[in-house]
Amino acid sequence: MTSATTKLKAVNAGERTTPLETLLHLRTLIVPQHSGSRLNWAELWAYRELLYFFVWRDLKVRYKQTAIGVGWAVIQPLFTMAIFALVFGRLAKMPSDGLPYPVFYYTALLPWTYFAGALTHATNSVVEHQSMVTKVYFPRVLLPVSAVLSGLADFALAFSVLIGLVLVYGIVPTAAILLWPLFLLLAVATALAVSLWLSALNALYRDVRYAVPFLVQLWLFASPVAYPAALVPPDWRWLYGLNPMAGVIDGFRWSLTGHGQSPGLLVLASTVAVICLLVGGLMYFQRVEGTMADRV
Amino acid sequence: MGDIAIHTANLSKRYRLGPQEPYLALRDVLAKCVKAPFRLFSSGRPRQPRAAADFIWALNDVCLEVKHGEIVGIIGRNGTGKSTLLKVLTRITQPTSGYAEVWGRVGSLLEVGTGFHPELTGRENIYLSGSILGMTKAEITRRFGEIVAFAGVERFLDTPTKHYSSGMYMRLAFAVAAHLEPDVLLVDEVLAVGDLEFQKKCLGKMESVSQTGRTVLFVSHQMNQIRRLCSQVVWMDAGGIRKVGPTAAVVGAYEAAMTSGHANEPRAAAASDAKARFVRWKIEGSSNENPHLLTSLGPVTVTFTLQVNRPLRMGNHGGALYNYENQLIWARAASNLELGVGDHDLSYNFPMLPLRPGIYSWHVSMYDEHGLVDVWFCSPEMTVSTENHQHPSDRWNGILNMPCQFRVNGTRPI
Repeated sequence: MTSATTKLKAVNAGERTTPLETLLHLRTLIVPQHSGSRLNWAELWAYRELLYFFVWRDLKVRYKQTAIGVGWAVIQPLFTMAIFALVFGRLAKMPSDGLPYPVFYYTALLPWTYFAGALTHATNSVVEHQSMVTKVYFPRVLLPVSAVLSGLADFALAFSVLIGLVLVYGIVPTAAILLWPLFLLLAVATALAVSLWLSALNALYRDVRYAVPFLVQLWLFASPVAYPAALVPPDWRWLYGLNPMAGVIDGFRWSLTGHGQSPGLLVLASTVAVICLLVGGLMYFQRVEGTMADRV
Repeated sequence: MGDIAIHTANLSKRYRLGPQEPYLALRDVLAKCVKAPFRLFSSGRPRQPRAAADFIWALNDVCLEVKHGEIVGIIGRNGTGKSTLLKVLTRITQPTSGYAEVWGRVGSLLEVGTGFHPELTGRENIYLSGSILGMTKAEITRRFGEIVAFAGVERFLDTPTKHYSSGMYMRLAFAVAAHLEPDVLLVDEVLAVGDLEFQKKCLGKMESVSQTGRTVLFVSHQMNQIRRLCSQVVWMDAGGIRKVGPTAAVVGAYEAAMTSGHANEPRAAAASDAKARFVRWKIEGSSNENPHLLTSLGPVTVTFTLQVNRPLRMGNHGGALYNYENQLIWARAASNLELGVGDHDLSYNFPMLPLRPGIYSWHVSMYDEHGLVDVWFCSPEMTVSTENHQHPSDRWNGILNMPCQFRVNGTRPI
């Protein structure tokens, strides 16, 4: 009885075996790292489902065993906004592009919280999945990419609070809002670009993990979160824009509220900076990827 | 070339030795950058390459050809490059030189439970782990029922796996991997875990996979598994291939070398001037075919043969038994031994050796008045395959496999 079922199964499975002609096309060449190797886009496309599963797992697991759960996605930017509005707004009387302080700060904290969270999460992504990286092959780049993408869920929740704020303060969005998706894209690209560098570096040098919280803190003040970008003299805006988060935050404020300066040199500089960072990050990650399992 | 599944040419992999290996600290690199310019001035010599001794070739010029549909076993002592070969072929890590070609979809099973997340339920983990191992969502859905049935966890599908017993966890994890349908499957010593019952199930699965014309590369220390599954065997030694061929010939040669200790390079080198060395071990009364398989709880006599080349005075001998997780199970010592030239049998007689089924290793040592004479982590390992007297649930399985009578108020045993 048992042997009969085994045989039957074997025959069924045998029919599914890939014919040899197909096998010949599925040839994997395993060679040492050489300088000409490029990112394999076809392979990344083939692994798109795994990316989906990584993001899905991140979302499933993120707020397990927490009392407030997804509330954290809203609490963080909301409370930071309250403190900023009090300290920088009421006490320091910071100019705010003519916006009420809560809206002024929240529109900036929205991309900032996303960026900082994605960075922290993605930097550890390779090291955190050490056991997977050393035991099974998949394009490692999926790890930081999934960390950056899963952060968008928190972003969406925090965004819903902004809608409330805008209604409360009676701010009417202008046509500029049509450009907002581009700034969101810029934010994701920035988070991804920096994450690629940091996650690859962190796999090699564990110092990175300690440096990131510090980096995030410094970067916050180098970006127009607590103050408007208009404070920077016009002649220096392009230089200031080399910090891609400056372009992202300035663009967010402008496109969502219609207040403040329209994007100019600053956003252009940010876009160029992001493209350079992203291409460099992909190349660096690719270079390290091959021996990541030995070093992580 | 049409029927070749795996082909490697001079495949080599070099690792750097030393404390820096796991990961570098940034300060080392920074320090190097600071020092480097000064080095240019301080001496005219170009920077010296690191000494060859700081590197180890885990794979050394491996040339291998595996035909489509073959099941090939890879054997060899620990640290001879078996796992590294699998890691390179699965693309987990890149070779240092040489190249390899693999035809067909590659699946690997280097560890049971890769990608499992304890917070996720059994159902969720099947999808996650399956996807990490290279299955598409549609494939997983199609085989979902089979996977669950194989693992026997129907009732716990919606329970987070952190609440699973280790046995259930293992079964589910293996079930996912076993339903992969790659053309080339690379398996590391994953079948060494779990109880014998589970191992049998896994072996059965491997056998049925082999009948479907897939290519399997299988690393194991257990020669009975290799004999049962493989048609061809590759014997690896010091990063290279020592012998390739039909299973019986290669396994036979390997076992002969193991029992005479030749495969252990340092031992062979030390043999000429050693006062004494352990040469073999066996379980008395066991079958000739496998003298390292324990099938009864007891009484058991285990004998270690010590070859004495020069007389030993005031000898101290220690014997220890470790389980697969390197936990010490038992040990004892004997002192003031006087041993003349010749072979001596050191026997341990146990009225009972109630061990949980699995793989164990003996460790024996001999010291004399001048110090260490020989230590030996006995190879092959001891396989315990006795009747199970433990709790039916895996999570209550302990180290001892002790038969025991249980009574209430001195009435008949239950």
